[in-house]
Amino acid sequence: MLKYLLPLVLFVIMLGFLLVGLKLDPRTVPSPLVDKPLPGFTLPQLDTPDKVFNPEQMKGQVWLLNVWASWCVACRSEHPILNAWVRQSGVNIVGLNYKDETQAAKRWLSQLGNPYSTNVVDADGRVGIDWGVYGVPETFVIDKRGIIRYKHIGPISVDAVQSILKPLMTKLAGEPA
Amino acid sequence: MRILILILIVFAMPLKAIDTYTFENPENEERFKALSSELRCLVCQNQTISGSNADLAKDLRKQIYEMIHKGQSNQEIIDFMVERYGDFVLYKPPLKATTIVLWIGPFILLIIAIVVLIRIGRHHSKPSKLDEQQREQMRKLLEGQGEEK
Repeated sequence: MLKYLLPLVLFVIMLGFLLVGLKLDPRTVPSPLVDKPLPGFTLPQLDTPDKVFNPEQMKGQVWLLNVWASWCVACRSEHPILNAWVRQSGVNIVGLNYKDETQAAKRWLSQLGNPYSTNVVDADGRVGIDWGVYGVPETFVIDKRGIIRYKHIGPISVDAVQSILKPLMTKLAGEPA
Repeated sequence: MRILILILIVFAMPLKAIDTYTFENPENEERFKALSSELRCLVCQNQTISGSNADLAKDLRKQIYEMIHKGQSNQEIIDFMVERYGDFVLYKPPLKATTIVLWIGPFILLIIAIVVLIRIGRHHSKPSKLDEQQREQMRKLLEGQGEEK
């Protein structure tokens, strides 16, 4: 009996691997930066280039760094979700405008709405490299101590906000600074 | 004919992305080539940084070039990439707890395959379990078949 059952069992195991493999997204590469201090930078702000932004300023707050660009098609699909989220619960989102043209970026924000508390310009993508950005949009959740706690790759969905990002940010807000 | 020309043009296109970097010495150029073909382009995933035309690959080639130019070692450059993009950026994954299955998995499968093969082989070479009477019967049957033809 075992002789006939064994191939079946092996087949089911392989089927299991296949099913898990189908659900994995090969584009989501685990970031080595999660649970590490954020890579520091000082960059000019999008609307006031003579002012700079440094993530040190955000110490003591739970915030998001959202990497976006006006040339990025997927950013268009997450943009209304960010807008709605900010309107509802005033989440603090800093935008990293990645390898974009300033004019195009400004036009994008005035047409589609601006969910960002601050926008910084990473014109040559240097800061993007430091943050391990490889596919825009990407979103980092940063805690009060300036440690990256989560990285979302690709456009944010309503589902991701409700089931992952919001609960995580509520939890982080309860942590000591 | 037009199609033929089109095909020829497509095949004549360079298969490697081309940048114009000038190196101080041939060793540095070799290092650049070696490093950029050891690292994965994360946007395209199945291409190396050297073989990809993606924007990120271009930026990373520039990064490698600059780091070589500054006199940093191969290990420093690889560490820089791994720190940011993880082990996935390497085409040769390091031997670690998380990659152990990747390294020894094939050998375990090979051992299982050999064990199964040996067992099948033994099974087939077992002497038949017929007793003398059954043998006689079988011989008769076989011969009988021969006569009919």
